[in-house]
Amino acid sequence: MKQLIRLAVVIIAVSAILLVTISRLNASQGYSGGNTLTVYNWGDYIDPAVIDEFEKQTGITVVYETFDSNEAMMTKIQQGGTSYDVAVPSEYTIEKMKEEDLLLPIDHSKVPNLKNIDSRFMDLAFDPGNEYSVPYFWGTVGIVYNTKQIDGIEFNSWEDLWNPALKNEIVLIDGAREIVGMGLNSLHYSLNDTDPERLQEAYDKLVSLKPNVRALLGDENKLLMASGEVSIGITWSGDASEIMAENEDLDYVVPEEGSNLWFDNMVIPKTAKNIDAAHEFINFMLDPKIAAQNTEYVSYSTPNKEALQYMPEEMVNDERFYPPPELTDRLEVYENLGKENLAKYNELFLKFKME
Amino acid sequence: MENKTTRNLYTIPYVIWVAFFVIAPILLVLYYSFQDLEGNFSLTNYRNFFTPIYLEMTLSSFWYAFLITLITLLFAYPIAYLLTKLKHKQLWLLLIIVPSWINLLLKAYAFLGIFGTYGMANKFLETIGIGSKQLLFTDFSFVFVSVYIFIPFMILPIFNALDKLNPTYLDAANDLGASRWTTFRRVVFPLTIDGVKAGCQITFIPALSLFMLTRLIAGSQVITLGTAIEQQFLVTQNWGMGSTIAVFLIIFMFIIMFATGTKRRRARG
Repeated sequence: MKQLIRLAVVIIAVSAILLVTISRLNASQGYSGGNTLTVYNWGDYIDPAVIDEFEKQTGITVVYETFDSNEAMMTKIQQGGTSYDVAVPSEYTIEKMKEEDLLLPIDHSKVPNLKNIDSRFMDLAFDPGNEYSVPYFWGTVGIVYNTKQIDGIEFNSWEDLWNPALKNEIVLIDGAREIVGMGLNSLHYSLNDTDPERLQEAYDKLVSLKPNVRALLGDENKLLMASGEVSIGITWSGDASEIMAENEDLDYVVPEEGSNLWFDNMVIPKTAKNIDAAHEFINFMLDPKIAAQNTEYVSYSTPNKEALQYMPEEMVNDERFYPPPELTDRLEVYENLGKENLAKYNELFLKFKME
Repeated sequence: MENKTTRNLYTIPYVIWVAFFVIAPILLVLYYSFQDLEGNFSLTNYRNFFTPIYLEMTLSSFWYAFLITLITLLFAYPIAYLLTKLKHKQLWLLLIIVPSWINLLLKAYAFLGIFGTYGMANKFLETIGIGSKQLLFTDFSFVFVSVYIFIPFMILPIFNALDKLNPTYLDAANDLGASRWTTFRRVVFPLTIDGVKAGCQITFIPALSLFMLTRLIAGSQVITLGTAIEQQFLVTQNWGMGSTIAVFLIIFMFIIMFATGTKRRRARG
């Protein structure tokens, strides 16, 4: 017993020492406000020159950290180990973060450049009145295909993927929402559907696609498509434009049945220490010239209407990445379906993978 | 008395290590495994685990781990045996171990290139007249790469066991008229069984939870317990279910350790 108590005391003492050391370390690294700004963004999702420019103009030091999934980002913000001042989650994660009370409202008077954003992308269901978020980039989910290798097959709809001639050719995104959503869309259902019967129908439909599926991959697919190893991929428009710049034989299409319209948005998490600098940074990123420069680097689609005039014309006029309102009206934004339904999606997806 | 205090002092780092990095995490995993999505105490996760989808996944996970271990053993034993017969055996052993110092992810990416349509493996198949095949994202490539990764870990314990083997036993067997096969079966293999068991443990248990290779090499079409845990934690954010699978993984590991454990007492007595 005595030893147990001693053990407990030792553990508590060591925890306390570790806690103090952590906070000291954080303070000495300048993570706690002052003149630094900690930005938490997706990997390779900003032009480093833009950060330099911001540092030069404002004298604020930017600490830049990256994540590779919304879920990982959210978990880290929840734990609160690092005080991130600006983060860039996707729309359905913003809904979740709002629910969990992880966001600070954005003071619109401090972000005058908000007027540059296309009204199509403002005031959306996931954040009415843009109280907590400002769009950073947007895009669609669609089919990338190699026009040289896939000869004579036109891709206009999801249905075209079920062509028996495409045996073992398709690489899918390793994401439950995207793939189950694709199954639902191909049956002309909403990709936010939670009806068990329709989900089962979508699952059966997906299983019948399995002979054509070669693999389900993450970022690796960009490499394989660019090198011509893979001829058909289901992916996000941003990734598509990136690999199309490397391999001219590739083309991208958003299927006519509908698909996903997604947004990555700048937010200020509850962990923020330097809230003024965060507003300054968001406003800076919305500056038309800066947004144009950043968009040319990242090659995703910018929601910044004023930035378009500073960008190369062939980029702006490319309807595959800047689709007209008629098309975007047909696309759907992911809604937060709740953990229970998300678990259902994931179980179906897991079953689909094992088929 | 003083001796005892110093000894107690020495045990402190060990005790802290075990408490923080072994006992505390296992208790946390157990705790989370009894929580449902709303954070209430429940057995839903355990009930879920016994539904066909998770059982099928567990079964396929075991099947692949078994295949990987078996093939690794079939390659590792002869290699280890050969190594003990060589002149500069430590050097040769080192050469086999060196690749295991390279990060797993790097090796996996290398195989993406080697097994690709235009990769070396297919060029070779074409030259010998078989013609190019789709190697990447197949069960074959998954097992192949896993075996490649685990071979050094299997060779080491077997090599040590073989190396320690007293050669006079072999002479005795020979003198008494045993054939080479009988000598191997009745003398060499039983005496090195501990090395084989250690090697199998080191291969089978991580093979059950391999998760990066399942995506990179098998194109997510092989699902192991490790993949499922990763999905539950990072995608579904169902920590409860992820923890439950982890609890079962821990139980399986204990069973395997127990079944393949070296019975020292009997060996000594």
